[in-house]
Amino acid sequence: MTRWLQDNMPKIVLAPSFIIVMVFVYGFIAWTAWVSLTRSRLMPRYEIDSFIQYERLAASPRFETAMVNLAIFGTLFIVIAMVLGLLLAILLDQKIRTEGAIRTIYLYPMALSMIVTGTAWKWILNPELGIEATVQGWGFAGFEFGWLVDPDKAIYTVVIAAIWQSSGFVMALFLAGLRSVDEEIIKAAQVDGIPTWRVYSAIIIPSMAPIFLSAFIVLAHLAIKSFDLVIALTGGGPGYATDLPATYMYAMAFSRGDIGQAASSAMVMMLVVFAIVVPYLYSELRTKDD
Amino acid sequence: MTDLPYNPSRGQSQMTKMVLRIVLYVLLGLFALFYLMPLFVMLTTSLKSLDEIRTGDLVSLPREVTFDAWRTAWSTACTGIQCEGVRPYFLNSLLIAIPAVMISTLMGALNGYVVAQWRFKGANIFFALMLFGCFIPFQVVLLPMARMLGIMGVAGTIPGLIFVHVIYGLGFTTLFFRNYYVSIPSELTKAAKVDGAGFFRIFWSIFLPLSLPIIVVTVIWQFTQIWNDFLFGVSFSQAGTQPVTVALNNIVNSTTGVKEYNVDMAAAIIAALPTLFVYVVAGKYFIRGLTAGSVKG
Repeated sequence: MTRWLQDNMPKIVLAPSFIIVMVFVYGFIAWTAWVSLTRSRLMPRYEIDSFIQYERLAASPRFETAMVNLAIFGTLFIVIAMVLGLLLAILLDQKIRTEGAIRTIYLYPMALSMIVTGTAWKWILNPELGIEATVQGWGFAGFEFGWLVDPDKAIYTVVIAAIWQSSGFVMALFLAGLRSVDEEIIKAAQVDGIPTWRVYSAIIIPSMAPIFLSAFIVLAHLAIKSFDLVIALTGGGPGYATDLPATYMYAMAFSRGDIGQAASSAMVMMLVVFAIVVPYLYSELRTKDD
Repeated sequence: MTDLPYNPSRGQSQMTKMVLRIVLYVLLGLFALFYLMPLFVMLTTSLKSLDEIRTGDLVSLPREVTFDAWRTAWSTACTGIQCEGVRPYFLNSLLIAIPAVMISTLMGALNGYVVAQWRFKGANIFFALMLFGCFIPFQVVLLPMARMLGIMGVAGTIPGLIFVHVIYGLGFTTLFFRNYYVSIPSELTKAAKVDGAGFFRIFWSIFLPLSLPIIVVTVIWQFTQIWNDFLFGVSFSQAGTQPVTVALNNIVNSTTGVKEYNVDMAAAIIAALPTLFVYVVAGKYFIRGLTAGSVKG
């Protein structure tokens, strides 16, 4: 008996986690997928009934707004955070004496809760007393900055706050990448008299392709999951102008009592994540096995 | 200025180099201002009186420093109908985070140890399944989890939230430890086995003493994640068991009475202090966790 116990100890230790993952990740995904095919409203029902919930999603102007917002927010957030992160990394890579301190400053927002970030920017962008009033107070009476309360512009305030929070992290990723490029190649290029910007654009940056991919995956993932930031900054408003799929799902699940819509919108989010992450994970695991 | 990393082409004069250097520092300084500005505004706003705030200058220093807003935020601000400040919720966050961090780190260490050192058929599949679990959007488990917590009788309680955080933290903690232990030669385990050491003995005497750096990285990662969590907190808590992030959001969005921006900012800083503290004290490990979570090796 003890012999058997010893031989199988690794499996016994792994068993609880295995059960947890199978039930609480995969089982739960299956449950949500199942319910998304029913007519569940306030209470879940289990009779499968076609794609009615997905048809309702497609017909819902609110969900359409959420998807369009995700596209706008996701694109701007990912592109600007990457460009800014790369720029900061290159600037910091020039043998700056105070690099440690500057890096700490650029990266600290990543340690904050999105709720804190949202609260801070909500105050800063507040048209009555925030930046607008401040600049007007400096004598620019015509200055206006009411994006936070403008249904067409509010989504851009979410972009600003999200970039503030995450760009330092992208910088850290890129900086690590810049440092890992072979010094010898760079020195050889300099000996040949190749200008610095060419060294970066032709040698260093192309060799960092895997880091670009990682940064993209992380940022895309953050964008799709964005929930707290919108709740704290705009509450999804004005109206539902800044709704994202994540806030739509939450509203359906916990305030509208529409479980079918909540489940189907969660599945849509899941599919978007799938489309981005699965090819990445697949290639990662494959190269590791080789 | 002799320590330029990449000598610009030889034609450039000393003068141009100087100018470029100054431009570089100015740019870095401007970006530093951009990142620091919100923290500065939060801090100064929290130290101003409401009257002073109404004059509408975000960036001015307080004419008269007052800690009233901090006192209110800590002990009397309203988060809805209750007016006890963020103090009880701050405590809730600690009561949730500390056990959840400990349990998920311990389980992650054991899982990582098995996957990296006791390979058996299926261990890799387990790891892949686990890894994928790190990436799911949590919205997809919210509804069944709410029901499950109800069935288990812990809906709306702190143990319920601990449970949720342990479960969905396992993927990352296992990943961290697995990647760390995989670099330890398996001959070590084999030799110890030959000497008659068992599974736990090897873990306890060989692996755990080597694990301090990865334990620090994992604890910091988990603590930051759990402390900053809002989605689980708002979905699975009820009045009295909410974590500090939910309380902060309620204070800011409570519609009763006068909008007290200084109290909002003080509450926000209080909610941010523990993770900021960790970041300042152990920033190196914090960054290592972040990058390990994204660029796995």
